[in-house]
Amino acid sequence: MSARDDIFANIRRSLGVKGSETIRRQIVADRLERAPKGVIPKRGQVSGEDRIALFKTMVETALATVTEVASPAEVPQSIALFLRNHNLPATLRMGEDPRLQAMPWSETALEIAQGPSEGRDLNAVSHAFGGVAESGTLAMVSGPENPSTLNFLPDNHIVVVSGKDIAGDYESVWNRVRFAYGKGTMPRTVNWITGPSRSGDIEQTLLLGAHGPRRLHVVVVRD
Amino acid sequence: MSVLPLQGRPANPRVGLFVTCLVDLMRPSVGFAAVKLLEDAGCIVDVPVQTCCGQPAYNSGDRGTTRDLAMQVIDAFHGYDYVVAPSGSCAGTIRVHYPELFEEDPNWRAKADALAARTYELTSFLVDVLGVTRVDASFDGPVTYHDSCSGLRELGVQTQPRRLLGSVEGLSLVEMKDSDVCCGFGGTFAVKYSDISGAIVDAKARNVEEAHAPTLLAGDLGCLMNMAGKLTRDGRPIQVRHVAEVLAGMTDEPPIGVAKAPAVK
Amino acid sequence: MTVHSTSPQFKQNAARALNDDQLQKALGNVKQGFIDKRQMAAAKLPEFEALRDAARDIKNHTLEHLDLYLEAYEEKVRSSGGHVHFARNADEARDIILGICRDAGAKTVTKGKSMISEEIGINHHLEANGIRPVETDLGEYIIQLRGELPSHIIAPAVHLNATQVEEDFRRVHTHLDAKRDLSEPVQLLTEARAVLRERFLAADVGITGANFLVAETGTSIIVTNEGNGDLTQILPKTHIVLASIEKLVPTLEDASQLLRVLARSATGQEMSVYTTFSTGPRRSADADGPENYHVVILDNGRSSMLGTSFEEMLRCIRCGACMNHCPVYHAVGGHAYGWVYPGPMGAVLTPSLIGVDKAGHLPNASTFCGRCESVCPVRIPLPKLMRHWREREFERHLTPATVRSGLQLWGFFARRPALYRFATRAAMGVLALAGRQRGRFAWLPMARGWTKYRDFPAPQGETFQARWKRERQGARA
Repeated sequence: MSARDDIFANIRRSLGVKGSETIRRQIVADRLERAPKGVIPKRGQVSGEDRIALFKTMVETALATVTEVASPAEVPQSIALFLRNHNLPATLRMGEDPRLQAMPWSETALEIAQGPSEGRDLNAVSHAFGGVAESGTLAMVSGPENPSTLNFLPDNHIVVVSGKDIAGDYESVWNRVRFAYGKGTMPRTVNWITGPSRSGDIEQTLLLGAHGPRRLHVVVVRD
Repeated sequence: MSVLPLQGRPANPRVGLFVTCLVDLMRPSVGFAAVKLLEDAGCIVDVPVQTCCGQPAYNSGDRGTTRDLAMQVIDAFHGYDYVVAPSGSCAGTIRVHYPELFEEDPNWRAKADALAARTYELTSFLVDVLGVTRVDASFDGPVTYHDSCSGLRELGVQTQPRRLLGSVEGLSLVEMKDSDVCCGFGGTFAVKYSDISGAIVDAKARNVEEAHAPTLLAGDLGCLMNMAGKLTRDGRPIQVRHVAEVLAGMTDEPPIGVAKAPAVK
Repeated sequence: MTVHSTSPQFKQNAARALNDDQLQKALGNVKQGFIDKRQMAAAKLPEFEALRDAARDIKNHTLEHLDLYLEAYEEKVRSSGGHVHFARNADEARDIILGICRDAGAKTVTKGKSMISEEIGINHHLEANGIRPVETDLGEYIIQLRGELPSHIIAPAVHLNATQVEEDFRRVHTHLDAKRDLSEPVQLLTEARAVLRERFLAADVGITGANFLVAETGTSIIVTNEGNGDLTQILPKTHIVLASIEKLVPTLEDASQLLRVLARSATGQEMSVYTTFSTGPRRSADADGPENYHVVILDNGRSSMLGTSFEEMLRCIRCGACMNHCPVYHAVGGHAYGWVYPGPMGAVLTPSLIGVDKAGHLPNASTFCGRCESVCPVRIPLPKLMRHWREREFERHLTPATVRSGLQLWGFFARRPALYRFATRAAMGVLALAGRQRGRFAWLPMARGWTKYRDFPAPQGETFQARWKRERQGARA
């Protein structure tokens, strides 16, 4: 008997089932299909300005910084200002995201690099798939538009998120993922990011920038 | 003693006192303090012949002996309106664990459930069931209170003793750090793993001392003997008593682990 | 064959730990930090208790249908281009992983934090076969340098102080300036970041664990604060996920419920920094990510826990709250438990995995204070399960003879109230008389464990039942 068959047989023996029971199969198929939501905290169940405000508060609670701009056209200037204010070099790596590509980067002095990171970049920008106000979490999806390496290798990670993509809860983001990729299908990687990298492994002292970015800066676009 | 009338209970309930084996053997004055508190609140108190709830056997994995002792207790305490123990640990055994012992015996399970539903720790019985809000007692000076684990986490005993202590004339309650952390007693644990138990009670004794109250109270004699034994061993002059003694105004007996003063000649 | 265990020597391990001043100082950090942070996080979320119920129910539901969810998960991983391997035990899991590494021509393997990988001892196996495993979680990296097991499931190096870490870095990072300043924790972190960054970029295979596996989508989930688990899986050509069968959850919604209690219970964060959902290898258009995605699903005794009272232990989501709140863990630390899983969850799980004959001390070394159960995000009745182990030991006559005979003698009297009253009355009379002078005993022949650390208070004399009979029943007659 293969290890697989053996394990399944042992699970079924312990549970006292055969595996062919129609009712059990129906229960499982039904749950996978319906994906019931469970308990959704009230905290995130606010809309409009309140939701954006909660998102920004929670982002800051997670030790990231956040700023707001009125339109995509203002993003490059805002990022250039952020880099200058922190005495960071005027370089920036990004993927092929059309929303980022359409922004007027030439209005700034930023030196733009394209494609995934190989680990030598100081600054990168990504466009989030969405945000979650409940905990100030960014939802990133992998792909050529926003390579996953940009989320982790640079020292300073800047994330642009559209105000209308900020949801109250995680479940709303999953609904959008299903709509975009199809039910039961996922991009290679979905990253939920809540603040910059950190470790408490040395004497339980909180230190930022363990392996991932030391700084996480969020730009909310109000379009 | 002030008693708020509560609906749905007899005016003078018949209470079977589960003394607990430790109080019976080591410190009967706690039992008499419990009797006074119950009688002052209008209860008719009786003490059926008893030994132990069986917890030492239960926690040692000896279900057979535990079941025998549980059946003995169930029979002995049949017919009382309530069963009250000056211990969260023993009351917890009857209330929470007796029913678990008879999962395969519906007849005894029903009896265990019935007893469990009528069994209470002393201070929670006074406050939650009888609606007692204050006691007629006085005590001089600050005290600190340790929450014994079973009472706290199995029965929710936390505010009740504090509320009653708040009504004792002259008494002020000083909370110690980590009052809800185990003292390291754990029944046979204190003997089987004495090194670890010794370290845990050491931390507890430090917290007691740092509260700067000359008296330590708790609702379980096992924990009290553990903490008192540690405090006297380390020469820390803190008096240790069961909370019932103070609530009943019965503090003539010397504190736990202290000898009676020799008679003055 | 799994990692060597010193659980049978628990008492000696504990005694050593209690006398280790450095360890005792480090353990102070556990008591200070985790408890308050969890408390605050729970207080900030009114739905926290309801979420704990939901988390428990999701895990129970999944375990009751585990065969079917495993099937669904397996199908989804395959359809997204990944490979699923099943391992009955540690030996099989090690060989599967070694095989994948060899196929990838691996020289260096980076690792995200995984307790299962500790359980199967994969590092040793890879090293013995010429492959270099590099732990990348900062705490795991430190203990790998020291050749130790983690002492905590989410804070593996919590037993160490910064000066010890400095010594290890100076001993191992010999390519760096010997005169460099490492006196601040942040300097240690910066050095580890630089050293490990090179390893991440050089690795051929990355191994991570999984906090959850999602049946709906064939997704594996890891949760980290450092980001090391992500660099481990997106940079090498091959990503191996090592997970045990009970990590399954039905849907992304179910995973989200569990994630809401995980970080709050573990570190008191609203959400850990990085929660990563990985599904299959990189897609054709992707610019980065692993080309190969393997999942190794380990049983190692767990399927036999289903349908028993220990099934409840399979709900565990490895948050560490039980050990953070355990007075015994606070006193002796994680290494005393002698195997991979310490604290209350280890006291229940370890006997299931390596046998109660070896790990029998663990479920006994508890005061049953119940604090672990009161904070468990999936409401595992840990004291009850420890008691079940004590019952099995008693049934199998593994309980020490002295304890058994003591219980027998006590049980003999406790079952006979009349004899009990007679005997205790006499005994307490004698004991009270002997303790009359001081009110306590500094030494008692039957309770040497007790009197080693504390006095034994003397009884008042007459028993309650004797006095009651004399005063009340005598008066009534």
